Amino acid sequence: MNSLYYQKRLSRNIGDKFFTSLSVICALIAILPLIFLVTYILYKGGSQITPELFTLEPNPPGDDLDAGGINPALIGTLIITTIASIIAIPVGVGGGIYLAEYSKGGAFSRFIRFGVNVLAGVPSIIAGVFIYALIVSTKILFGSMYSGLAGGMALSILMLPTVIKTTDEGLKLVPNELRYASLGVGASMYTTILKVTLPSAFRSIATGVVLGIARAAGETAPLIFTALFSYYYITGFGDLFYEMGSLAVLIYNFALEPYDAQNKLAWAASFILVLSILSVNIFSRILAAFNEKTKRV
Amino acid sequence: MEEKLTLFKNRKRFGIEKNIDIIFKNTALVLSSLVAIILLGIILVVFFQSFESFSRYGLKFLVTSDWNPVKDEYGAFTAIYGTLVTSFLSLLITIPLGVGTAIFITEDFVPKVFREIIGSFVELLAAIPSVVLGLWAIFVMEPFFRAFFVFLHNFFGWIPLFSTEPTGRNSLLAILILVVMLLPIVTSIARDTLNQVPKKLRNAAYGIGASRWKTIFSVILPAALSGIMAGVLLALGRAMGETMAVTMIIGNSNAFSWSLLSPGYTISSMLANQFGEADGSQVSSLFYAAFVLMILSLVVNIFAQWLVKKFSLKY
Repeated sequence: MNSLYYQKRLSRNIGDKFFTSLSVICALIAILPLIFLVTYILYKGGSQITPELFTLEPNPPGDDLDAGGINPALIGTLIITTIASIIAIPVGVGGGIYLAEYSKGGAFSRFIRFGVNVLAGVPSIIAGVFIYALIVSTKILFGSMYSGLAGGMALSILMLPTVIKTTDEGLKLVPNELRYASLGVGASMYTTILKVTLPSAFRSIATGVVLGIARAAGETAPLIFTALFSYYYITGFGDLFYEMGSLAVLIYNFALEPYDAQNKLAWAASFILVLSILSVNIFSRILAAFNEKTKRV
Repeated sequence: MEEKLTLFKNRKRFGIEKNIDIIFKNTALVLSSLVAIILLGIILVVFFQSFESFSRYGLKFLVTSDWNPVKDEYGAFTAIYGTLVTSFLSLLITIPLGVGTAIFITEDFVPKVFREIIGSFVELLAAIPSVVLGLWAIFVMEPFFRAFFVFLHNFFGWIPLFSTEPTGRNSLLAILILVVMLLPIVTSIARDTLNQVPKKLRNAAYGIGASRWKTIFSVILPAALSGIMAGVLLALGRAMGETMAVTMIIGNSNAFSWSLLSPGYTISSMLANQFGEADGSQVSSLFYAAFVLMILSLVVNIFAQWLVKKFSLKY
């Protein structure tokens, strides 16, 4: 009779309680760093934000009074990420189209999909090493060594797997009926892909690509010996072939400086970087949830 | 898709449109093969650049720890050891934490809304650039843990792992920041796998009187083991290649020490530190080290993929 009631002191119930609290502790430990990190960056970095920050050049370390701004690094990050996108998006979308639309699941497409996964696992610094060997040390780009262009190429290697994967998976979700209908009215394969399947997968591909760009914007390792760093304003097109600053490398360089003014600049740059990356992530999450709700069946 | 292609194999099209179609297909083919070309290119370029150093030092490079550009003597043992130790130890801490968190957000301890919030919080952690984590580690984590490290040294100093006086940046801090970076990977993959375990299994276990945690340990976790293992391996690959946060906090010293409280080195932090200003045979030696790192992470990644394919859930 008694066995029908919940007994607190039973060893299995005590064990259950113990493990439940253990998993609660795990979850707390997992989210605590994020809360600490984000609040600290918002507090520490946010307090450094001034209008001059966006318009001035950083002063060379040593002058403890005034560190200047991060204008060149901000513009540099935009330029380098744009170069990376210009290379990675067409290549990745094209490759994804082949995998999802043309390949028949044979050895070649299996090999490419495997290669995409392996490339995604290649350490980001190796991409930098590769571009250094291929472009920086050979001076193949019109004799320039470290350049924003080389940095963008290194980043594009990191973006490529993400873009291919999201295109491949986005296109696979498009119902086959759409393809049959288009081919059935006499459209050729490329019209079907460009006018029917690609537009209907556009949202999911775009979300994936934007997340990939956000990720690339924060990458540092491939840039430290391809784009290097620069203290000076970017004035024209020719600056693409010279050393170019970026927010990520600025944080790395200035975090290791012994001067307080430079450290503060690093915090301010982190604030801008984290705020933009997190808002892109949160926005795309909301968009994805919204898509899920309004999906046509 | 096969069906569609055979259906239209004998179509008759004329002129430009047919050519455009063929060009479009072949362009896509070329673009997708670019992935393979880049991957092979990376492997070959790094290998050939390291050739000079490889032929001079051979495998001795892997087991000696002199790194002396002046005398032209190179050995990467400290860095290789540091890479392995930091990644394995951080994984050792991350696995229980990550799997525990994954269990918490797949069970119904708290309402779904909270679980989803915690899940997306952990995933957002993955989006934070590692250089920012490094900055945070330097200015927040290091002062925070300093007293704890002194305590570790004073009471456990007889263990070789804690035998040096803690002075600022060290390997243990690198391990801790790696834990922060690996947690989202392990947690989100473990969560996805746990969610895929069919409800039937749980109900059957409850039905014969198993308690909740008996069910988790004896039924659900074993069923999800392969997926979790794959996630762990991916995290391992990530840990070995992780550069910025580790470089900023590990202290960058090539002097070998068993102690986790002394400054250390990893392959990636060595590359980040020295590549920019290296010349001569040092460059080749750095390429050699990069090659070792690449092989390590390739092996781990390929093994992870094989594991996923071989043991994906069979329910």
